Amino acid sequence: MRGSGIPIWFFIGVLLTVYGAMIFGYGVYEWHTGSYPPLVELTSLHTPVWWGGLLAALGAFYVVKFCPGRASN
Amino acid sequence: MIVNSIGHFAAPPSPALLAFVIAPLAHLRPLDIAVIAIYFGIVIWIGFYLKGRSNTSEEFFMAGREMTAWIAGLSFVSANLGSLELMGWAGSAYQYGILATHWYWIGAIPAMLFLGLVMMPFYYVSKTHSVPGYLMLRFGQHARVLAAISFATEMILMSGVNMFAMAVVMKVVLGWNITFSILVSACAVTLYVALGGLRSAIFNEVLQFVLIWAGALLVPILGLMQTGGWTGLKARIITNLQSTGVHTAPDSYVHLWRDTGHFAANPMGVHWTGIVFGLGFVISFGYWTTDFLVVQRVLAAHNLRAARMAPVIGSFFKMAVPFIVILPGLLGLVLLQNPDHSRRQLVPEEAVKSCAPLDISVGPVSASLSAEIDQRRAACASDLKSATLTPAFRQDVLDQKPGPASELHSYNEALPLMLVRYCGPGLLGLGITALIAGFMSGMAGNVSAFSTVWTYDLYKPLINKKGSDSHYVLVGRLSIVIGVAVSIGAAYLVMHAAGIMDYVQALFSFFIAPLLGAILMGMFWKRATAPAGFLGLLIGILTSVSLFVWVKFNPVAMHTVALSPDATAMAANLYRALWAFLTSVIVIFVVSLFTKPKPVAELDGLVYGATILPKEDPVPFYKNVWLWAILAVCIFATLNILFW
Repeated sequence: MRGSGIPIWFFIGVLLTVYGAMIFGYGVYEWHTGSYPPLVELTSLHTPVWWGGLLAALGAFYVVKFCPGRASN
Repeated sequence: MIVNSIGHFAAPPSPALLAFVIAPLAHLRPLDIAVIAIYFGIVIWIGFYLKGRSNTSEEFFMAGREMTAWIAGLSFVSANLGSLELMGWAGSAYQYGILATHWYWIGAIPAMLFLGLVMMPFYYVSKTHSVPGYLMLRFGQHARVLAAISFATEMILMSGVNMFAMAVVMKVVLGWNITFSILVSACAVTLYVALGGLRSAIFNEVLQFVLIWAGALLVPILGLMQTGGWTGLKARIITNLQSTGVHTAPDSYVHLWRDTGHFAANPMGVHWTGIVFGLGFVISFGYWTTDFLVVQRVLAAHNLRAARMAPVIGSFFKMAVPFIVILPGLLGLVLLQNPDHSRRQLVPEEAVKSCAPLDISVGPVSASLSAEIDQRRAACASDLKSATLTPAFRQDVLDQKPGPASELHSYNEALPLMLVRYCGPGLLGLGITALIAGFMSGMAGNVSAFSTVWTYDLYKPLINKKGSDSHYVLVGRLSIVIGVAVSIGAAYLVMHAAGIMDYVQALFSFFIAPLLGAILMGMFWKRATAPAGFLGLLIGILTSVSLFVWVKFNPVAMHTVALSPDATAMAANLYRALWAFLTSVIVIFVVSLFTKPKPVAELDGLVYGATILPKEDPVPFYKNVWLWAILAVCIFATLNILFW
């Protein structure tokens, strides 16, 4: 969105960072304790760890790039 | 059937199904609830944040016309990506195989590119606020009012139907109370759209688009890893279907076009002519180029170049959507399991109800109860007729054997079941948030488009022509609140009278094809006159309604409407749209020949050949809209050939 104000991409970055951190944190806890949820498949892949990490990294990129004051879009 | 968009047909969750829900599919943990709560918090905060930037009518209804091509393009696609769309088409992929992809590719891409390259200049240059507004400029007040009334009615009722259907989904998947789901979602959408107007709706739609991908993308990735990629998935689908005695070749589920030469050769019962002309032309062009719900997003672009680029950008994302919608449905065909690790087989929505076991544990079986059991068994057998089940499982269901055969799940539950299969705490919350986000983006699209059409095309010209700008903004805000209240009423009406749902959803298909005929004739034929435009629209609508009523009360007529005794209801819908479009075009053509056209000078900015389009500033080659459109066409063609 043009004009002044907080860019939409910044909101998206914040939300992805928060979600990513929460999911990554739970994934690490799950891996550390070995308490995997029953009936969930492919737990050996530790999906919350890499998916949460990916979301957090993408979110952090957007937060930095579109931080209010320096964003052009 | 639910018609979500461009004739997307997905069987809706039945109100009666509520009585047969045994247990929710998933249980949320605190982490999941936190993920959902954060989402609601941020969308409402966005509404409050943008309230200060939505004070004038141009800001409130058109988002100040300052959206970039990317934002307008993502919003354009997101407004169409509702949760019923996600689940309905995952279910359709389970039921019909890869043919469901046609609604995302040929049923969207050509029309989106046509809108951006050819039609957008006329919408944008005319500075209209809405599609009925364009009809006013081209064909006069009568055509505008007819289009505005039909569109506004459709938006409100569709919003109610979708609200109810989503609440049923939340009930089935999570066990949430229906009223709780309806009120929470309705209040959140009302708050952020009434406060921030179209800007807030667009802002949230882009956010929701990202969340939908973040929440749903894991399912196809993990599913393909488990099946050994696309080749492995295809092999397992064919093996599984061979054991079900499916009436078409098992590999017809994994081919887009190969088996569409005959109605009976493919699982969907459609012919390629219906797909190409009915879906790919009439329904798709009708929806993507004339439905104000999506066109409004592009009109909010900050200049003509951005307005033309937005649908082209949207087309790339639209082509990718089958990855998170169709693939989970196909994966469900081979991966879903019962608790005892046998293969879970899904059934049509109506079979979940008719095949549910009766409680006969108390007292002796009376004659009337015995008759009811026989009746239910016959209904169950009939509803299962079209389902692709193994003979043993079909018999177990008919015999109401305990275990998987007595705990049936419908096609529509394919996506939630796949989510539950792979997502633990946190990820499940994200997946559910994706479904809620999809629902809210669809509903926000409905009410923001309704508000604009009501204020600009009905209230302003018919009720109060001399209001101040702030007065119209207030009317817009109030119309959102009242519109959502009416939608809630429609949702409860549907809950208590299930038959109404069919009629409400059919409304959508009545208007879209005739409207396309009127817009195309008006935009590309200088000779088309105002009386012809109005009559073409009206008679086209009446044709569509008549064909619908004819088939409704005489199902055999479907064979005439769809040109074949093997046609399904889906094929009939495609052909009905085609006939209504042709009627509209022919009426406009004939009536125009006998009525006086407008002078060409009055058609500037409205009609091809009578308009000098503004010159666009030179841009680097990589920002050229034609370059990206050609790339989209190449990818579109490649995908169709790859999955032929």
